[in-house]
Amino acid sequence: MKQATTRKPASAAPRGRLQQWAAGIVLTVFGIAMVLPFVWMVLSAFKTEGEIKRIPPTLWPEAFTVDNFTRLFTEMDFGTYLGNTLLITLFSFVGLLLNAMAGFGFAKYRFKGREKLFLLVLATMMIPGQVTMIPVYLILNGVSLTNTMLGIVLPGFTSAFGIFLFRQFMSTLPEEIMEATRLDGASEYRLFAQVVLPMSKPILAVQAILTFIGGWNSFLWPLIIANDEKLYTLSVGLQLLKGQNTTNFALQMAGAAFMVLPIMVIFIFFQRQIIENYNISGIK
Amino acid sequence: MKGSSKMAPYVFIGPTLLLLAVFSLLPILVALGISLTDMDLAGLADYSSISFVGLANYADVLGDPVFLLALRNTLFYVVIGVPLVIACSLGVALLIQFGRSRLFKVFRVVYYLPSVTNVVAVAVVWSYLYNPGIGLFNYILTSIGFDKVPWLTEPTIAKLSLILLALWRSIGLNMIIFIAALQGIDRSYYEAAQLDGASGWQQLTRITLPMMRFAIFFVTITTMIGWLQFFEEPFVMTQGGPLNGTVSASLFIYQNGFQYSHFGYAAAGSFVLFFLIIAVTMVQLRLQRKQAEE
Repeated sequence: MKQATTRKPASAAPRGRLQQWAAGIVLTVFGIAMVLPFVWMVLSAFKTEGEIKRIPPTLWPEAFTVDNFTRLFTEMDFGTYLGNTLLITLFSFVGLLLNAMAGFGFAKYRFKGREKLFLLVLATMMIPGQVTMIPVYLILNGVSLTNTMLGIVLPGFTSAFGIFLFRQFMSTLPEEIMEATRLDGASEYRLFAQVVLPMSKPILAVQAILTFIGGWNSFLWPLIIANDEKLYTLSVGLQLLKGQNTTNFALQMAGAAFMVLPIMVIFIFFQRQIIENYNISGIK
Repeated sequence: MKGSSKMAPYVFIGPTLLLLAVFSLLPILVALGISLTDMDLAGLADYSSISFVGLANYADVLGDPVFLLALRNTLFYVVIGVPLVIACSLGVALLIQFGRSRLFKVFRVVYYLPSVTNVVAVAVVWSYLYNPGIGLFNYILTSIGFDKVPWLTEPTIAKLSLILLALWRSIGLNMIIFIAALQGIDRSYYEAAQLDGASGWQQLTRITLPMMRFAIFFVTITTMIGWLQFFEEPFVMTQGGPLNGTVSASLFIYQNGFQYSHFGYAAAGSFVLFFLIIAVTMVQLRLQRKQAEE
Protein backbone atom coordinates (compact mmCIF):
# COMPACT_ATOMS: atom_id res chain seq x y z
CA MET A 1 0.00 0.00 0.00
CA LYS A 2 2.86 2.33 0.87
CA GLN A 3 4.46 1.70 -2.49
CA ALA A 4 1.41 2.87 -4.36
CA THR A 5 1.35 6.18 -2.53
CA THR A 6 5.00 7.00 -2.98
CA ARG A 7 4.92 6.21 -6.67
CA LYS A 8 2.00 8.50 -7.35
CA PRO A 9 2.98 11.70 -9.10
CA ALA A 10 2.99 14.72 -6.79
CA SER A 11 0.26 16.52 -8.70
CA ALA A 12 -2.24 13.77 -7.88
CA ALA A 13 -1.73 14.19 -4.14
CA PRO A 14 -4.33 16.89 -3.35
CA ARG A 15 -7.03 15.07 -5.30
CA GLY A 16 -6.04 11.81 -3.58
CA ARG A 17 -6.27 13.45 -0.18
CA LEU A 18 -9.75 14.74 -1.02
CA GLN A 19 -10.85 11.24 -1.96
CA GLN A 20 -9.38 9.89 1.26
CA TRP A 21 -11.41 12.40 3.24
CA ALA A 22 -14.56 11.56 1.30
CA ALA A 23 -14.11 7.83 1.98
CA GLY A 24 -13.51 8.56 5.65
CA ILE A 25 -16.61 10.71 5.93
CA VAL A 26 -18.86 8.17 4.18
CA LEU A 27 -17.56 5.39 6.45
CA THR A 28 -18.03 7.58 9.53
CA VAL A 29 -21.64 8.45 8.68
CA PHE A 30 -22.62 4.83 8.06
CA GLY A 31 -20.45 3.72 10.98
CA ILE A 32 -22.48 5.94 13.31
CA ALA A 33 -25.62 4.27 11.95
CA MET A 34 -24.06 0.88 12.68
CA VAL A 35 -23.40 1.63 16.36
CA LEU A 36 -26.51 3.78 16.92
CA PRO A 37 -28.69 0.81 18.05
CA PHE A 38 -26.08 -0.14 20.65
CA VAL A 39 -25.70 3.42 21.92
CA TRP A 40 -29.47 3.78 22.20
CA MET A 41 -29.70 0.43 23.98
CA VAL A 42 -27.15 1.40 26.62
CA LEU A 43 -28.58 4.89 27.19
CA SER A 44 -32.13 3.53 27.47
CA ALA A 45 -31.11 0.78 29.87
CA PHE A 46 -30.24 3.42 32.48
CA LYS A 47 -33.48 5.39 32.14
CA THR A 48 -36.55 4.97 34.33
CA GLU A 49 -39.69 3.37 32.94
CA GLY A 50 -41.41 6.77 32.94
CA GLU A 51 -38.60 8.59 31.18
CA ILE A 52 -38.40 6.05 28.37
CA LYS A 53 -42.02 6.66 27.35
CA ARG A 54 -41.56 10.41 27.04
CA ILE A 55 -41.83 12.22 23.71
CA PRO A 56 -39.55 13.82 22.64
CA PRO A 57 -37.15 11.22 24.07
CA THR A 58 -34.25 12.32 26.25
CA LEU A 59 -30.81 11.49 24.93
CA TRP A 60 -28.93 11.26 28.21
CA PRO A 61 -30.71 9.53 31.14
CA GLU A 62 -32.08 12.27 33.42
CA ALA A 63 -32.21 10.19 36.55
CA PHE A 64 -29.46 7.66 36.00
CA THR A 65 -30.70 4.34 37.43
CA VAL A 66 -29.36 0.78 37.60
CA ASP A 67 -32.77 -0.39 38.80
CA ASN A 68 -33.46 -2.16 35.47
CA PHE A 69 -30.39 -4.31 35.85
CA THR A 70 -31.27 -5.26 39.44
CA ARG A 71 -34.77 -6.22 38.33
CA LEU A 72 -33.27 -8.70 35.83
CA PHE A 73 -32.06 -10.67 38.81
CA THR A 74 -34.90 -10.05 41.26
CA GLU A 75 -38.03 -10.16 39.09
CA MET A 76 -36.58 -12.30 36.31
CA ASP A 77 -34.29 -15.24 36.85
CA PHE A 78 -31.26 -13.92 34.98
CA GLY A 79 -28.90 -15.40 37.57
CA THR A 80 -30.00 -18.91 36.58
CA TYR A 81 -29.93 -18.05 32.87
CA LEU A 82 -26.41 -16.69 33.24
CA GLY A 83 -25.30 -19.87 35.02
CA ASN A 84 -26.80 -22.06 32.30
CA THR A 85 -25.26 -19.97 29.54
CA LEU A 86 -21.83 -20.21 31.12
CA LEU A 87 -22.27 -23.96 31.61
CA ILE A 88 -23.20 -24.40 27.94
CA THR A 89 -20.21 -22.30 26.93
CA LEU A 90 -17.96 -24.45 29.10
CA PHE A 91 -19.35 -27.62 27.54
CA SER A 92 -18.79 -26.31 24.05
CA PHE A 93 -15.06 -26.17 24.78
CA VAL A 94 -15.14 -29.98 24.92
CA GLY A 95 -16.55 -29.80 21.40
CA LEU A 96 -13.69 -27.47 20.47
CA LEU A 97 -11.17 -30.10 21.63
CA LEU A 98 -12.96 -32.77 19.59
CA ASN A 99 -12.79 -30.52 16.51
CA ALA A 100 -9.07 -29.97 17.08
CA MET A 101 -8.50 -33.72 17.36
CA ALA A 102 -10.43 -34.40 14.18
CA GLY A 103 -8.60 -31.61 12.35
CA PHE A 104 -5.30 -33.16 13.41
CA GLY A 105 -6.40 -36.63 12.35
CA PHE A 106 -7.32 -35.38 8.90
CA ALA A 107 -4.24 -33.18 8.54
CA LYS A 108 -1.39 -35.46 9.57
CA TYR A 109 -2.33 -39.10 8.97
CA ARG A 110 -2.77 -41.08 5.81
CA PHE A 111 -5.45 -43.70 6.30
CA LYS A 112 -7.99 -45.50 4.23
CA GLY A 113 -10.97 -43.39 3.24
CA ARG A 114 -9.45 -40.11 4.47
CA GLU A 115 -10.48 -37.97 1.51
CA LYS A 116 -13.98 -39.42 1.42
CA LEU A 117 -14.56 -38.98 5.14
CA PHE A 118 -13.31 -35.40 5.01
CA LEU A 119 -15.63 -34.63 2.12
CA LEU A 120 -18.45 -36.13 4.16
CA VAL A 121 -17.59 -33.79 7.04
CA LEU A 122 -17.66 -30.80 4.67
CA ALA A 123 -20.92 -32.00 3.14
CA THR A 124 -22.65 -31.78 6.52
CA MET A 125 -22.18 -28.01 6.29
CA MET A 126 -24.66 -28.01 3.42
CA ILE A 127 -27.49 -29.59 5.39
CA PRO A 128 -29.89 -26.87 6.46
CA GLY A 129 -30.74 -26.68 10.16
CA GLN A 130 -34.44 -26.75 9.33
CA VAL A 131 -34.16 -30.32 8.04
CA THR A 132 -32.25 -31.66 11.04
CA MET A 133 -34.13 -29.63 13.67
CA ILE A 134 -37.15 -31.94 13.98
CA PRO A 135 -35.40 -35.33 13.67
CA VAL A 136 -32.67 -34.30 16.13
CA TYR A 137 -35.40 -33.33 18.59
CA LEU A 138 -37.07 -36.72 18.03
CA ILE A 139 -33.75 -38.58 18.41
CA LEU A 140 -32.95 -36.74 21.64
CA ASN A 141 -36.48 -37.38 22.83
CA GLY A 142 -36.04 -41.07 22.01
CA VAL A 143 -33.05 -41.31 24.35
CA SER A 144 -34.74 -39.07 26.98
CA LEU A 145 -32.30 -36.20 26.57
CA THR A 146 -34.91 -33.51 25.98
CA ASN A 147 -35.07 -31.00 28.80
CA THR A 148 -31.51 -31.83 29.89
CA MET A 149 -28.32 -29.81 29.67
CA LEU A 150 -26.61 -32.59 27.71
CA GLY A 151 -29.40 -32.54 25.13
CA ILE A 152 -28.94 -28.80 24.67
CA VAL A 153 -25.20 -28.96 24.03
CA LEU A 154 -24.80 -32.21 22.08
CA PRO A 155 -26.29 -31.15 18.71
CA GLY A 156 -23.92 -28.18 18.44
CA PHE A 157 -20.85 -29.98 19.77
CA THR A 158 -18.96 -30.40 16.51
CA SER A 159 -18.57 -27.87 13.76
CA ALA A 160 -17.54 -28.93 10.28
CA PHE A 161 -16.14 -25.46 9.61
CA GLY A 162 -14.10 -25.66 12.82
CA ILE A 163 -12.66 -29.04 11.76
CA PHE A 164 -11.84 -27.55 8.37
CA LEU A 165 -9.96 -24.61 9.92
CA PHE A 166 -8.03 -26.87 12.30
CA ARG A 167 -7.06 -29.14 9.43
CA GLN A 168 -5.92 -26.18 7.33
CA PHE A 169 -3.73 -24.90 10.14
CA MET A 170 -2.34 -28.21 11.36
CA SER A 171 -1.32 -29.43 7.93
CA THR A 172 1.20 -26.57 7.89
CA LEU A 173 2.93 -27.78 11.08
CA PRO A 174 6.47 -29.11 10.35
CA GLU A 175 6.69 -32.87 10.06
CA GLU A 176 10.27 -32.94 11.49
CA ILE A 177 9.29 -31.90 15.01
CA MET A 178 6.61 -34.55 15.11
CA GLU A 179 9.01 -37.22 13.89
CA ALA A 180 11.57 -36.18 16.52
CA THR A 181 8.93 -36.47 19.25
CA ARG A 182 7.98 -39.92 17.99
CA LEU A 183 11.63 -41.02 18.04
CA ASP A 184 11.76 -39.96 21.67
CA GLY A 185 9.15 -42.63 22.26
CA ALA A 186 6.08 -40.43 22.70
CA SER A 187 2.71 -41.94 21.80
CA GLU A 188 0.52 -40.27 19.17
CA TYR A 189 -1.77 -38.94 21.88
CA ARG A 190 1.08 -37.40 23.87
CA LEU A 191 2.38 -35.95 20.63
CA PHE A 192 -1.01 -34.31 20.08
CA ALA A 193 -1.39 -33.01 23.62
CA GLN A 194 2.17 -31.84 24.25
CA VAL A 195 3.45 -30.81 20.83
CA VAL A 196 0.63 -30.22 18.38
CA LEU A 197 -1.76 -28.33 20.64
CA PRO A 198 0.90 -25.88 21.93
CA MET A 199 2.04 -25.26 18.36
CA SER A 200 -1.56 -24.58 17.30
CA LYS A 201 -2.03 -21.73 19.74
CA PRO A 202 -3.04 -19.12 17.12
CA ILE A 203 -5.91 -21.16 15.71
CA LEU A 204 -6.89 -22.44 19.16
CA ALA A 205 -7.12 -18.89 20.44
CA VAL A 206 -9.40 -17.79 17.60
CA GLN A 207 -11.55 -20.89 17.84
CA ALA A 208 -11.79 -20.49 21.61
CA ILE A 209 -13.03 -16.92 21.26
CA LEU A 210 -15.53 -17.92 18.57
CA THR A 211 -16.64 -20.89 20.68
CA PHE A 212 -17.21 -18.59 23.63
CA ILE A 213 -19.22 -16.15 21.51
CA GLY A 214 -21.22 -19.02 19.97
CA GLY A 215 -21.96 -20.59 23.34
CA TRP A 216 -22.93 -17.28 24.89
CA ASN A 217 -25.28 -16.53 21.98
CA SER A 218 -26.76 -20.04 21.69
CA PHE A 219 -30.48 -19.77 21.18
CA LEU A 220 -32.19 -22.35 18.99
CA TRP A 221 -31.31 -25.60 20.77
CA PRO A 222 -31.92 -24.26 24.27
CA LEU A 223 -35.26 -22.97 22.96
CA ILE A 224 -36.26 -26.32 21.46
CA ILE A 225 -34.83 -28.67 24.08
CA ALA A 226 -35.49 -26.79 27.34
CA ASN A 227 -39.10 -26.91 28.53
CA ASP A 228 -38.11 -26.08 32.07
CA GLU A 229 -37.28 -22.47 32.89
CA LYS A 230 -34.45 -23.80 35.09
CA LEU A 231 -32.57 -24.71 31.89
CA TYR A 232 -33.15 -21.45 29.99
CA THR A 233 -30.16 -19.59 28.61
CA LEU A 234 -29.82 -15.81 28.52
CA SER A 235 -31.19 -15.54 24.98
CA VAL A 236 -34.22 -17.71 25.74
CA GLY A 237 -34.73 -15.78 28.98
CA LEU A 238 -34.52 -12.48 27.11
CA GLN A 239 -37.13 -13.73 24.65
CA LEU A 240 -39.33 -14.59 27.65
CA LEU A 241 -38.71 -11.14 29.16
CA LYS A 242 -39.77 -9.49 25.90
CA GLY A 243 -43.00 -11.50 25.92
CA GLN A 244 -43.79 -10.76 29.58
CA ASN A 245 -42.86 -7.07 29.66
CA THR A 246 -43.97 -5.97 26.21
CA THR A 247 -44.07 -2.26 27.03
CA ASN A 248 -41.27 -1.97 29.57
CA PHE A 249 -38.55 -1.05 27.12
CA ALA A 250 -36.12 0.11 29.80
CA LEU A 251 -36.10 -3.38 31.30
CA GLN A 252 -35.83 -4.95 27.83
CA MET A 253 -32.84 -2.75 26.97
CA ALA A 254 -31.16 -3.68 30.26
CA GLY A 255 -31.60 -7.38 29.40
CA ALA A 256 -30.24 -6.84 25.90
CA ALA A 257 -27.30 -4.79 27.19
CA PHE A 258 -26.50 -7.50 29.72
CA MET A 259 -26.16 -9.96 26.84
CA VAL A 260 -24.45 -7.74 24.30
CA LEU A 261 -21.91 -5.74 26.29
CA PRO A 262 -19.70 -8.64 27.51
CA ILE A 263 -19.42 -9.98 23.96
CA MET A 264 -18.61 -6.51 22.64
CA VAL A 265 -15.79 -6.11 25.15
CA ILE A 266 -14.38 -9.54 24.27
CA PHE A 267 -14.69 -8.82 20.57
CA ILE A 268 -12.99 -5.43 20.73
CA PHE A 269 -10.24 -6.93 22.84
CA PHE A 270 -9.59 -9.82 20.45
CA GLN A 271 -10.74 -8.22 17.19
CA ARG A 272 -7.40 -8.61 15.41
CA GLN A 273 -7.30 -12.39 15.94
CA ILE A 274 -10.96 -12.87 15.02
CA ILE A 275 -10.71 -10.82 11.85
CA GLU A 276 -7.49 -12.50 10.79
CA ASN A 277 -9.11 -15.91 11.27
CA TYR A 278 -10.58 -15.53 7.82
CA ASN A 279 -7.13 -15.28 6.33
CA ILE A 280 -6.26 -18.66 7.85
CA SER A 281 -9.33 -20.16 6.26
CA GLY A 282 -7.86 -19.25 2.89
CA ILE A 283 -11.01 -17.67 1.46
CA LYS A 284 -9.52 -15.29 -1.02
CA MET B 1 3.72 -48.93 19.55
CA LYS B 2 3.01 -49.72 15.92
CA GLY B 3 -0.52 -50.79 16.78
CA SER B 4 -1.29 -47.58 18.66
CA SER B 5 -0.14 -45.35 15.81
CA LYS B 6 -2.27 -47.32 13.32
CA MET B 7 -5.32 -46.75 15.48
CA ALA B 8 -4.49 -43.14 16.30
CA PRO B 9 -6.15 -41.35 13.33
CA TYR B 10 -9.41 -43.18 13.99
CA VAL B 11 -9.28 -42.28 17.66
CA PHE B 12 -8.76 -38.64 16.69
CA ILE B 13 -11.57 -38.41 14.16
CA GLY B 14 -13.87 -41.03 15.68
CA PRO B 15 -15.79 -38.97 18.25
CA THR B 16 -16.50 -36.13 15.81
CA LEU B 17 -17.56 -38.47 13.04
CA LEU B 18 -19.90 -40.26 15.42
CA LEU B 19 -21.47 -36.98 16.51
CA LEU B 20 -21.81 -35.75 12.93
CA ALA B 21 -23.37 -39.07 11.95
CA VAL B 22 -25.92 -38.93 14.77
CA PHE B 23 -26.76 -35.23 14.53
CA SER B 24 -26.35 -34.48 10.81
CA LEU B 25 -26.59 -37.61 8.66
CA LEU B 26 -28.99 -39.85 10.59
CA PRO B 27 -31.46 -36.96 11.00
CA ILE B 28 -31.83 -36.71 7.22
CA LEU B 29 -32.98 -40.32 7.07
CA VAL B 30 -35.24 -39.85 10.10
CA ALA B 31 -36.71 -36.69 8.57
CA LEU B 32 -37.30 -38.47 5.27
CA GLY B 33 -39.01 -41.29 7.14
CA ILE B 34 -41.32 -39.16 9.26
CA SER B 35 -42.20 -36.90 6.35
CA LEU B 36 -44.07 -39.94 4.98
CA THR B 37 -46.06 -40.39 8.21
CA ASP B 38 -48.65 -38.46 10.20
CA MET B 39 -46.39 -38.21 13.25
CA ASP B 40 -47.58 -35.68 15.83
CA LEU B 41 -47.60 -35.25 19.62
CA ALA B 42 -49.60 -38.46 20.10
CA GLY B 43 -47.09 -40.30 17.92
CA LEU B 44 -44.27 -38.97 20.08
CA ALA B 45 -45.75 -40.69 23.14
CA ASP B 46 -46.80 -43.88 21.37
CA TYR B 47 -44.96 -44.89 18.21
CA SER B 48 -47.65 -47.46 17.31
CA SER B 49 -50.18 -44.70 16.65
CA ILE B 50 -48.10 -43.35 13.76
CA SER B 51 -49.32 -44.37 10.34
CA PHE B 52 -47.76 -44.23 6.90
CA VAL B 53 -49.39 -41.63 4.67
CA GLY B 54 -47.14 -41.75 1.61
CA LEU B 55 -46.65 -38.42 -0.12
CA ALA B 56 -49.79 -36.87 1.38
CA ASN B 57 -47.76 -34.44 3.52
CA TYR B 58 -45.91 -33.17 0.45
CA ALA B 59 -49.16 -32.73 -1.48
CA ASP B 60 -50.76 -30.95 1.48
CA VAL B 61 -47.85 -28.63 2.19
CA LEU B 62 -47.54 -27.62 -1.46
CA GLY B 63 -51.24 -26.77 -1.42
CA ASP B 64 -51.10 -24.95 1.92
CA PRO B 65 -51.68 -21.22 1.26
CA VAL B 66 -49.56 -20.28 4.31
CA PHE B 67 -46.62 -22.35 3.05
CA LEU B 68 -46.92 -20.83 -0.42
CA LEU B 69 -47.03 -17.38 1.17
CA ALA B 70 -43.96 -18.33 3.24
CA LEU B 71 -42.14 -19.34 0.06
CA ARG B 72 -43.10 -16.06 -1.62
CA ASN B 73 -41.90 -14.12 1.44
CA THR B 74 -38.64 -16.09 1.42
CA LEU B 75 -38.18 -15.24 -2.25
CA PHE B 76 -38.79 -11.57 -1.37
CA TYR B 77 -36.11 -11.77 1.35
CA VAL B 78 -33.63 -13.38 -1.04
CA VAL B 79 -34.25 -11.11 -4.02
CA ILE B 80 -33.96 -7.90 -1.98
CA GLY B 81 -31.62 -9.03 0.77
CA VAL B 82 -28.84 -10.77 -1.16
CA PRO B 83 -27.95 -7.92 -3.57
CA LEU B 84 -28.14 -5.42 -0.71
CA VAL B 85 -25.78 -7.45 1.47
CA ILE B 86 -23.28 -7.91 -1.35
CA ALA B 87 -23.37 -4.28 -2.47
CA CYS B 88 -23.05 -2.89 1.05
CA SER B 89 -20.34 -5.22 2.29
CA LEU B 90 -18.36 -4.85 -0.92
CA GLY B 91 -18.74 -1.06 -0.78
CA VAL B 92 -17.59 -0.89 2.81
CA ALA B 93 -14.67 -3.24 2.12
CA LEU B 94 -13.52 -1.14 -0.86
CA LEU B 95 -13.74 2.11 1.11
CA ILE B 96 -11.87 0.66 4.09
CA GLN B 97 -9.17 -0.83 1.88
CA PHE B 98 -8.93 2.46 -0.06
CA GLY B 99 -8.02 4.39 3.10
CA ARG B 100 -4.34 4.92 3.82
CA SER B 101 -4.66 6.15 7.38
CA ARG B 102 -4.48 3.66 10.24
CA LEU B 103 -7.79 5.07 11.42
CA PHE B 104 -9.53 3.07 8.72
CA LYS B 105 -8.76 -0.13 10.65
CA VAL B 106 -11.14 1.10 13.35
CA PHE B 107 -13.97 0.89 10.83
CA ARG B 108 -13.40 -2.85 10.46
CA VAL B 109 -14.31 -3.23 14.13
CA VAL B 110 -17.27 -0.85 13.92
CA TYR B 111 -18.84 -2.61 10.93
CA TYR B 112 -18.13 -6.08 12.27
CA LEU B 113 -19.59 -5.41 15.70
CA PRO B 114 -23.25 -6.27 14.93
CA SER B 115 -22.16 -9.69 13.58
CA VAL B 116 -20.93 -10.96 16.94
CA THR B 117 -23.90 -9.85 19.02
CA ASN B 118 -26.79 -12.05 20.05
CA VAL B 119 -29.71 -12.12 17.62
CA VAL B 120 -32.37 -12.08 20.34
CA ALA B 121 -30.75 -9.10 22.02
CA VAL B 122 -30.47 -7.07 18.82
CA ALA B 123 -34.00 -8.03 17.81
CA VAL B 124 -35.22 -6.74 21.18
CA VAL B 125 -33.31 -3.49 20.62
CA TRP B 126 -34.59 -3.06 17.06
CA SER B 127 -38.17 -3.79 18.12
CA TYR B 128 -37.84 -0.79 20.41
CA LEU B 129 -36.27 1.34 17.66
CA TYR B 130 -39.13 0.31 15.33
CA ASN B 131 -41.84 0.98 17.93
CA PRO B 132 -44.46 3.14 16.19
CA GLY B 133 -45.18 5.37 19.20
CA ILE B 134 -41.97 5.85 21.18
CA GLY B 135 -39.38 4.33 18.85
CA LEU B 136 -36.32 6.33 17.89
CA PHE B 137 -36.74 5.86 14.13
CA ASN B 138 -40.22 7.37 13.96
CA TYR B 139 -39.13 10.18 16.28
CA ILE B 140 -36.26 11.07 13.94
CA LEU B 141 -38.54 10.85 10.89
CA THR B 142 -41.25 13.08 12.37
CA SER B 143 -38.77 15.63 13.65
CA ILE B 144 -37.35 16.15 10.15
CA GLY B 145 -40.84 16.46 8.70
CA PHE B 146 -41.69 12.95 7.46
CA ASP B 147 -44.70 10.82 8.33
CA LYS B 148 -44.50 7.97 10.78
CA VAL B 149 -43.70 4.60 9.20
CA PRO B 150 -45.60 1.45 10.29
CA TRP B 151 -42.30 -0.44 10.57
CA LEU B 152 -43.62 -3.80 11.74
CA THR B 153 -47.36 -3.52 11.25
CA GLU B 154 -47.73 -3.39 7.45
CA PRO B 155 -46.81 -6.68 5.72
CA THR B 156 -44.49 -5.33 2.99
CA ILE B 157 -42.83 -2.70 5.16
CA ALA B 158 -42.40 -5.29 7.93
CA LYS B 159 -40.48 -7.52 5.51
CA LEU B 160 -38.25 -4.59 4.56
CA SER B 161 -37.71 -3.73 8.23
CA LEU B 162 -36.54 -7.30 8.93
CA ILE B 163 -34.25 -7.12 5.89
CA LEU B 164 -32.74 -3.89 7.22
CA LEU B 165 -31.99 -5.57 10.56
CA ALA B 166 -30.50 -8.65 8.88
CA LEU B 167 -28.45 -6.46 6.54
CA TRP B 168 -27.05 -4.58 9.52
CA ARG B 169 -26.04 -7.89 11.10
CA SER B 170 -24.48 -9.48 8.03
CA ILE B 171 -22.33 -6.69 6.57
CA GLY B 172 -19.44 -7.43 8.95
CA LEU B 173 -18.58 -11.00 8.13
CA ASN B 174 -18.86 -10.56 4.36
CA MET B 175 -16.87 -7.34 4.52
CA ILE B 176 -14.03 -9.27 6.18
CA ILE B 177 -14.07 -11.88 3.41
CA PHE B 178 -13.97 -9.12 0.78
CA ILE B 179 -11.11 -7.33 2.55
CA ALA B 180 -9.11 -10.58 2.65
CA ALA B 181 -9.71 -10.96 -1.09
CA LEU B 182 -8.68 -7.34 -1.75
CA GLN B 183 -5.46 -7.83 0.17
CA GLY B 184 -4.69 -10.84 -1.98
CA ILE B 185 -4.58 -8.83 -5.22
CA ASP B 186 -1.04 -8.23 -6.43
CA ARG B 187 -0.10 -4.53 -6.22
CA SER B 188 1.86 -4.72 -9.47
CA TYR B 189 -1.39 -4.81 -11.49
CA TYR B 190 -2.29 -1.39 -10.15
CA GLU B 191 1.20 -0.01 -10.67
CA ALA B 192 1.13 -1.12 -14.29
CA ALA B 193 -2.33 0.36 -14.78
CA GLN B 194 -1.26 3.66 -13.22
CA LEU B 195 1.73 3.86 -15.55
CA ASP B 196 -0.72 3.43 -18.43
CA GLY B 197 -2.76 6.31 -17.01
CA ALA B 198 -5.79 4.31 -15.91
CA SER B 199 -8.25 6.25 -13.73
CA GLY B 200 -9.34 5.01 -10.30
CA TRP B 201 -12.68 3.92 -11.72
CA GLN B 202 -11.01 1.96 -14.51
CA GLN B 203 -8.73 0.25 -12.00
CA LEU B 204 -11.79 -0.71 -9.95
CA THR B 205 -13.82 -2.15 -12.83
CA ARG B 206 -10.97 -3.67 -14.85
CA ILE B 207 -8.71 -5.03 -12.09
CA THR B 208 -10.32 -5.12 -8.66
CA LEU B 209 -13.76 -6.53 -9.44
CA PRO B 210 -12.60 -9.19 -11.93
CA MET B 211 -9.91 -10.33 -9.49
CA MET B 212 -12.52 -10.66 -6.76
CA ARG B 213 -14.81 -12.86 -8.80
CA PHE B 214 -14.33 -15.89 -6.59
CA ALA B 215 -14.89 -13.97 -3.34
CA ILE B 216 -18.06 -12.41 -4.76
CA PHE B 217 -19.25 -15.83 -5.89
CA PHE B 218 -18.52 -17.34 -2.47
CA VAL B 219 -20.35 -14.55 -0.64
CA THR B 220 -23.28 -14.75 -3.06
CA ILE B 221 -23.76 -18.47 -2.49
CA THR B 222 -23.39 -18.41 1.29
CA THR B 223 -25.60 -15.32 1.61
CA MET B 224 -28.25 -16.81 -0.62
CA ILE B 225 -28.33 -20.05 1.37
CA GLY B 226 -28.47 -18.01 4.55
CA TRP B 227 -31.42 -15.92 3.37
CA LEU B 228 -33.29 -18.99 2.12
CA GLN B 229 -33.10 -20.14 5.75
CA PHE B 230 -34.10 -16.72 7.16
CA PHE B 231 -35.52 -17.51 10.59
CA GLU B 232 -34.39 -15.74 13.73
CA GLU B 233 -35.33 -12.17 12.83
CA PRO B 234 -39.00 -12.88 11.99
CA PHE B 235 -39.18 -15.41 14.83
CA VAL B 236 -38.13 -12.95 17.53
CA MET B 237 -39.56 -9.72 16.11
CA THR B 238 -42.86 -10.52 14.43
CA GLN B 239 -43.58 -14.24 14.93
CA GLY B 240 -44.42 -14.18 11.23
CA GLY B 241 -47.06 -11.44 11.51
CA PRO B 242 -48.76 -9.20 10.54
CA LEU B 243 -51.16 -11.52 8.67
CA ASN B 244 -48.30 -13.97 7.98
CA GLY B 245 -46.64 -11.12 6.11
CA THR B 246 -43.17 -11.92 7.40
CA VAL B 247 -43.44 -15.70 7.84
CA SER B 248 -40.49 -17.40 6.12
CA ALA B 249 -40.21 -21.01 4.99
CA SER B 250 -37.98 -21.78 7.99
CA LEU B 251 -40.35 -20.14 10.41
CA PHE B 252 -43.26 -22.09 8.90
CA ILE B 253 -41.34 -25.34 9.47
CA TYR B 254 -40.48 -24.38 13.05
CA GLN B 255 -44.05 -23.35 13.86
CA ASN B 256 -45.57 -26.50 12.42
CA GLY B 257 -42.99 -28.71 14.07
CA PHE B 258 -42.63 -27.25 17.51
CA GLN B 259 -45.69 -25.10 18.10
CA TYR B 260 -48.36 -27.32 16.48
CA SER B 261 -46.33 -30.58 16.81
CA HIS B 262 -47.12 -31.65 13.23
CA PHE B 263 -43.74 -33.33 12.88
CA GLY B 264 -44.48 -35.25 9.67
CA TYR B 265 -45.96 -32.20 7.97
CA ALA B 266 -43.09 -29.93 9.03
CA ALA B 267 -40.51 -32.50 7.89
CA ALA B 268 -42.14 -32.54 4.44
CA GLY B 269 -41.94 -28.73 4.37
CA SER B 270 -38.27 -28.87 5.34
CA PHE B 271 -37.50 -31.15 2.39
CA VAL B 272 -39.21 -28.76 -0.01
CA LEU B 273 -36.94 -26.03 1.36
CA PHE B 274 -33.88 -28.32 1.18
CA PHE B 275 -34.68 -29.09 -2.43
CA LEU B 276 -34.99 -25.35 -3.20
CA ILE B 277 -31.61 -24.65 -1.57
CA ILE B 278 -29.94 -27.41 -3.58
CA ALA B 279 -31.56 -26.18 -6.80
CA VAL B 280 -30.47 -22.59 -6.23
CA THR B 281 -26.92 -23.68 -5.36
CA MET B 282 -26.73 -25.84 -8.49
CA VAL B 283 -27.85 -22.97 -10.71
CA GLN B 284 -25.25 -20.71 -9.09
CA LEU B 285 -22.47 -23.25 -9.58
CA ARG B 286 -23.42 -23.73 -13.21
CA LEU B 287 -23.49 -19.96 -13.84
CA GLN B 288 -20.09 -19.63 -12.19
CA ARG B 289 -18.63 -22.42 -14.32
CA LYS B 290 -20.03 -20.85 -17.48
CA GLN B 291 -18.57 -17.48 -16.52
CA ALA B 292 -15.18 -19.01 -15.77
CA GLU B 293 -15.13 -20.68 -19.18
CA GLU B 294 -15.74 -17.45 -21.07
